Amino acid sequence: MPDYTLTHLKQLESEAIFVLRETAAQFERPVLMFSGGKDSILMTYLAKKAFWPAKLPFPLLHVDTGHNFPETIEYRDRLVEDTGANLVVASVQKAIDEGRVVEEKGPNASRNALQIQTLLDCLEEGQYDAALGGGRRDEEKARAKERFFSHRDEFGQWDPKNQRPELWNIFNGKMGIGEHFRVFPLSNWTEMDVWQYIKLEEIELPSLYYSHERDVVIRNGVILAVSEFVQPREGEAVEKKLIRFRTMGDATITGAVESTASAIDGIIEEVAAARETERGNRADDKRSESAMEDRKKQGYF
Amino acid sequence: MTTRSKSSTDGYLDMGLLRFTTAGSVDDGKSTLIGRLLYDSKAIFEDQLEAIESTSKQRGDENVNLALLTDGLRAEREQGITIDVAYRYFATPRRKFIIADTPGHIQYTRNMVTGASTANLAIILVDARKGVIEQTCRHAFIANLLRIQHVVIAINKMDLVDWSEDAFINIREEFTRFASRLDNIVEVSFIPISALVGDNVVDKSTNMPWYQGPTLLYHLETVYMGPDENHVDARFPVQWVIRPHSDEFHDFRGYAGRVAGGVFKPGDEIVIMPSGFNAKIKAIHTMAGELEEAFAPLSVTFTLDREIDISRGDMIVKSNRPPKCDQDLEAMICWFSEKPMNSKGKFFVRHTTKETKALVRDIKYKVDINTLHKIEDDLEFKLNDIGRISLRTAAPVCYDSYSKNRATGSFVLIDAFTNETVAAGMII
Repeated sequence: MPDYTLTHLKQLESEAIFVLRETAAQFERPVLMFSGGKDSILMTYLAKKAFWPAKLPFPLLHVDTGHNFPETIEYRDRLVEDTGANLVVASVQKAIDEGRVVEEKGPNASRNALQIQTLLDCLEEGQYDAALGGGRRDEEKARAKERFFSHRDEFGQWDPKNQRPELWNIFNGKMGIGEHFRVFPLSNWTEMDVWQYIKLEEIELPSLYYSHERDVVIRNGVILAVSEFVQPREGEAVEKKLIRFRTMGDATITGAVESTASAIDGIIEEVAAARETERGNRADDKRSESAMEDRKKQGYF
Repeated sequence: MTTRSKSSTDGYLDMGLLRFTTAGSVDDGKSTLIGRLLYDSKAIFEDQLEAIESTSKQRGDENVNLALLTDGLRAEREQGITIDVAYRYFATPRRKFIIADTPGHIQYTRNMVTGASTANLAIILVDARKGVIEQTCRHAFIANLLRIQHVVIAINKMDLVDWSEDAFINIREEFTRFASRLDNIVEVSFIPISALVGDNVVDKSTNMPWYQGPTLLYHLETVYMGPDENHVDARFPVQWVIRPHSDEFHDFRGYAGRVAGGVFKPGDEIVIMPSGFNAKIKAIHTMAGELEEAFAPLSVTFTLDREIDISRGDMIVKSNRPPKCDQDLEAMICWFSEKPMNSKGKFFVRHTTKETKALVRDIKYKVDINTLHKIEDDLEFKLNDIGRISLRTAAPVCYDSYSKNRATGSFVLIDAFTNETVAAGMII
């Protein structure tokens, strides 16, 4: 009897490719949300696999807070060139300038919340009906209840108590006018799966994910890289530390971890030994216990 | 990469995957059990533990309330109940696990059906003090209906019945009597546990020396999963047609999809359903190179030896064991909508990658899932109702019976006006 078993990574890959193809088939104008983080890099890679040898049948959408690490933008532009994908940039700065959103005030102001309106405006302007995201159910409690095909009403909101049941591999992407979907092909992946797959497939990542020396300040227990957007406040000392990033968000809120892992194997060891979830150093999730759920209901990705 | 990626030497890259679902009534301790599995298998991180410790303290709970780990939504934490299917992940050196955590609350049967649809194994929790109750039977019935072949009856709260072997034996006998009528379930295991204290979940109990069997986790790690996929009847629902229009791949016309059954090889004679045209597979493509064979559940792309009009919703099969192709479907369904079924209503059937309009032709009966009796005098499908219907579709559907193939034997019904998924169907 031949052995027709597949490893869990191969099963996850096959599932994600299936979902990406369903998205292309069921929607008129899908778009892949690209943040420069490893999950969206993995998504782009899997999308290449799903439609090879054709190009991606949808553009990449970058919601740009303006607070980027330069490495992220360099990587993004190179990826766009390599894949031949179209890139759409939704600028938070532009949304602020046009008065569609108002910048938060105060010492812990972040542009994170502003991304929501910027994204929704961009989806509406581009008439995009499905936004592919790299969200995973293992990231956070509210995400554990997310569907692969997640329906959003005409205000872009998620109603967690009234989600469509999702059975087998059958996805219902039917919707009314003005509504749209978020689609999460990586739903069943864990952080460990992502790293192992990156290793297995030798996927290149931005250098920020690997250990490097950087000037940092420690703010509310979070290690933040000093940049034009993060300047030391009174009483804060700038230190040189050997760090790397576990997620890639807005430079003002993405915390680093101290690490000597300069290659993928080191990172996998760290993930295996990690005692904190990867979002544990995101200042935006620490605001309240249901911070993520509240943002998701409003249309966060 | 080879199709058989079992060759890897790295342990993690060589792990299998087990998807299981958990069902139990309110207060059976299901969330606690899952919290315990995650906690004792070290899948919980310090920051998660800190967060629930502080919440437990604030709520005045005596111990750290492990149930808080799985109750993700604010309303759930406030009411202390689980509302929606939640998916959890953990891994041991042997296997990766995906848990579909489904609520036991009575109005949420649809969630249990949802969670069961992708599971290979079901854990049904029974409170040792209460024994086999209506909901236990309901959960077992649903596991059987969704063709989950492995069931674990986890008899929980053994600490509250003084670790009594008699209580365990009574429940085992009572359940075995009931389960003899459920023919899809291949194997039932009974494990006495205390999720609260941890006995027989990950670590062996010292309080129940009379129990010689495995702990729950050991059982999950080692239970033999007979091939859940059908590797005999070749089925390939076409999902998307790939036409690169590039210089390098000028004439490339690939049919992309996920194998739903059987094994395909280059050179195989195939038939396109429902048109009935014949062709040969020229090559099986992936970005990493061509494959020598493709089987479920791999996502691949076929090219054929001749040009035929094939589009999404068609199915590529082999002629030796063809699926049925018909506009009349007989199926068991579970009704999901708060609004009762309008038997004159317009629906879409979504089956593999095919979607077509459908009408309900006949309602045969409903099932009282507590007694397994047929109900023939009330044929209105309300939320959570399960029963047998006949459907007439606008276009032919190529299908197998659900008992032969979960992927080609299942469908959902979509209300043509609200776009809601209103029922799940299993073809007879």
